[in-house]
Amino acid sequence: MPISLTINGTAHEVDLPEDVPLLWVLRDEVGLTGTKFGCGVAACGACTVHIDGEAVRSCQVALSDVWGDVTTIEGVGTPDAMAKIQQAWVDHQVAQCGYCQSGQIMQAAALLAENPSPSDAEIDEAMQGNLCRCGTYPRIRAAIHTAAGKLKEA
Amino acid sequence: MASIGKILRRTFLIGSAAIVGGVAFGVYYVNRPAPNPLKPQEGETALNPFVLIDQEGVTLFAPRAEMGQGVMTTWAALIAEELDVELDDIRVLHGPAAAAYYNSAMLGEALPNKGYDISDFQHNLAEALGVLGKVLSLQVTGGSTSMKDGFERMREAGATARETLKQAAADQLGVDRGLLKTAKGAVIAPDGTTIPYTELAVAAGQIDPPHVELRDPSEWRILGKHHPRVDMVEKSTGTAEYAIDVRPEGLKFASVRINPKLGGEMNSFDASAAESMPGVEKIVDLGNGVAVIASNTWLAMQAVEAIEVDWGEAPYPPETDALFDVIAASFDGKANSAMRDDGDVSVMPEGATEITAAYKLPYLAHATMEPMNATALFTGKTLDIWAGNQAPTIIQSKAAEVANLDTEAVNVHTTYLGGGFGRKGEFDYTQIATKVAMAMPNVPVQTTWSREEDMRHDFYRPGAMARMRGAVKDGKAVLYDGQIAAQSAVYQAMGRIGVPSGGPDKVLVEGAFNQPYAIPNYRVRGYVTDLQVPVGFWRSVGNSFNGFFHDTFLDEMAHAAGRDPLEFRLELMKSEHAPSAGCLEAVREMSGWSGETPDGVGRGVGFCYSFGTPVAQVIEVVDEDGTIRINKAWIACDMGLALDPNTVEAQMVGGMIYGLSAAAYGEITFAEGEVEQYNFPDYDAIRMHTAPVTEVRVLETNRHMGGAGEPGTPPAMPALGNALFDLTGQRARTLPLSHSFDLLI
Ligand code: FES
Ligand code: FES
Repeated sequence: MPISLTINGTAHEVDLPEDVPLLWVLRDEVGLTGTKFGCGVAACGACTVHIDGEAVRSCQVALSDVWGDVTTIEGVGTPDAMAKIQQAWVDHQVAQCGYCQSGQIMQAAALLAENPSPSDAEIDEAMQGNLCRCGTYPRIRAAIHTAAGKLKEA
Repeated sequence: MASIGKILRRTFLIGSAAIVGGVAFGVYYVNRPAPNPLKPQEGETALNPFVLIDQEGVTLFAPRAEMGQGVMTTWAALIAEELDVELDDIRVLHGPAAAAYYNSAMLGEALPNKGYDISDFQHNLAEALGVLGKVLSLQVTGGSTSMKDGFERMREAGATARETLKQAAADQLGVDRGLLKTAKGAVIAPDGTTIPYTELAVAAGQIDPPHVELRDPSEWRILGKHHPRVDMVEKSTGTAEYAIDVRPEGLKFASVRINPKLGGEMNSFDASAAESMPGVEKIVDLGNGVAVIASNTWLAMQAVEAIEVDWGEAPYPPETDALFDVIAASFDGKANSAMRDDGDVSVMPEGATEITAAYKLPYLAHATMEPMNATALFTGKTLDIWAGNQAPTIIQSKAAEVANLDTEAVNVHTTYLGGGFGRKGEFDYTQIATKVAMAMPNVPVQTTWSREEDMRHDFYRPGAMARMRGAVKDGKAVLYDGQIAAQSAVYQAMGRIGVPSGGPDKVLVEGAFNQPYAIPNYRVRGYVTDLQVPVGFWRSVGNSFNGFFHDTFLDEMAHAAGRDPLEFRLELMKSEHAPSAGCLEAVREMSGWSGETPDGVGRGVGFCYSFGTPVAQVIEVVDEDGTIRINKAWIACDMGLALDPNTVEAQMVGGMIYGLSAAAYGEITFAEGEVEQYNFPDYDAIRMHTAPVTEVRVLETNRHMGGAGEPGTPPAMPALGNALFDLTGQRARTLPLSHSFDLLI
């Protein structure tokens, strides 16, 4: 029985076993490859997406358990129309290899939605599940502060 | 010497070739041009193209892989500087795999000098020896060589293209070339007539390129300044394509399990349970492992896990302790090298105090953020491979062997790399993907490893041991005698690509024998351990363990001499290498180093000269209710010319964090022949809350250009250990530090 999902505002019918994690539905079935596989065990945050605005590890959410509308990095903004948070990432030249950054941005976006001006300690708390093997943490932190400022102006 | 002169002249022959609708500029090498990746028409000479100008605009081929170090942008800047085009107007592509893009600077590193004392003559010789790279067909990203390698070649290509386009315009307008100017991708005549390069490209293809002089650095408008990286928007919007993201029409998804007793055989397997699992399309026998092709990567992973396998034994002692017994025993054998032997270490100077220490460092995994994967499409006659990789020519020939095809029948498509750190210079994952795809001809198959498979099938940073003996007198180091033992990553890597190796392994002792300290009696010997644990190049290679051994022992000597550890190093360094001393002075000033720290705060200094770049770091740790946090860091480096200081800063911070991750938490151990670490919970790294607040200073006094991607890693490990000693009085002689200190996790 196909399962219906709403991803970035578009309805999808997915015909896969119901225990397939959302991550692999997005990547291999729907073709949204911006969400990354890093560990499969909730230890790296590369797979972070939003379900009804909440940041979740998509490698841990079975297809049949998806409880709301899914937003992925592709739904946040596009190269021609970047969201403010993505612009902040570009302004600070955050990415190195870039592989972790979709997850970092999704986690940071959820943080800012809940807390428009997070302190450094609050950033530490919210972002510590997102690994970056390239070590871009100082620039991620700076970009979150910048994005917070920009979002307040708007 | 005559032949070297000849090679030197011929190494940098810039040429051009007409292409359909335009012109390509590049380099002819040595005597016989290597096969041209752009497949010239019959009768044309092969050219190794860097710049291509046609009706579409200006395209640059970057022969080095973008692993996150910003190389695509900086290579583009080198061309744009001379060509007078804006960075935004250039398209940058990874060049196709071609022997022509050999890595000249990396081979230069193989010369028997300490590096920092290199003379101009040796420097030229090193460049000339780069031709060896062509013999080996190395198109490798590694050794922090990208910028050194491209520095001359790309600017020459840009300048030659500019002057040729001007000549085409001069012919068309009937004015002298010397009267023409260029800007923003167009030639401008004295009367203001402006002709875009795109319109001159075809005519330029018919002109012999004139000889050009490179611009003086004082005239640069792009180089030496920061430019937004060309890959940044894609990487901030989830649209950058990594190997794991390629989606050719009809793609199937596979996952793999290779014998976890590394290098062991597969005795038998039973896939009956896996065959009937959802989505499964094919079980593949790989000889030393199994793969499952399915409709979805996760379904493939579930099925491959369900296969019962009887694995053969590993070809090395199965437990960690036994491995280190073998490493320790290599000290009893003959030394493989004594790359430094100054004065006489056999005589203890009169009145000196002797100290000794032994150190031990673990095997380490690369743990790139993107797990190993590659996609292959095999038609029987051709093979296409999509992979994030650091060595496309090696991947091409090794895949051809597996597929029983000519090398030319294999196309390697290099994508962005989700981290490399040396791991993606290997070719195991592309050979595996090739075998899997051969089981389903005419269908593209993406083979993705689970994180567990990735962690447990690496070419590890070798476990290493050191025995140090030194002496201090009147507050100074008077004797330093170091012995280092480990498996040789170089021997193994050369063996894998079928190049004979042997003789002194300089890499085994780099970071120890070549440090810029004026110690009168100074010897460093290396001992190669013969073990079959797979080992390879891990960010900064030999420096990754020698940086810790050498610098930690200096810190111990300073302590024994009753001296401030920073001043102790500086005094020995000043007369030996001014740029190195400059880095130490810079971190002293930046950190307000006084040698004193308040209660509950510890500071350590670390230094390593590697890949032509000296780097000094000061690390500060704080005790917060019994838990130790890495609070701050100061870094100073001097790579001579920093082509993009912002990118250099990022590499220094990233390199340091990679080193701190290893120092604090990193360890690969073995039980029953298998790696005991499976995933990030067992092999953790620095995260947002454990990363120090960091300040970087980029100095530019060094006469020769050094690397940026790796030199930040080695000094981080001793600097952290030295800071913990300052805080606790306990000396760290083994890593990771989380075993002996209560570090914040
Ligand atoms: S892949 Fe989901 S947390 Fe790592
Ligand atoms: S940018 Fe490479 S892992 Fe974060």
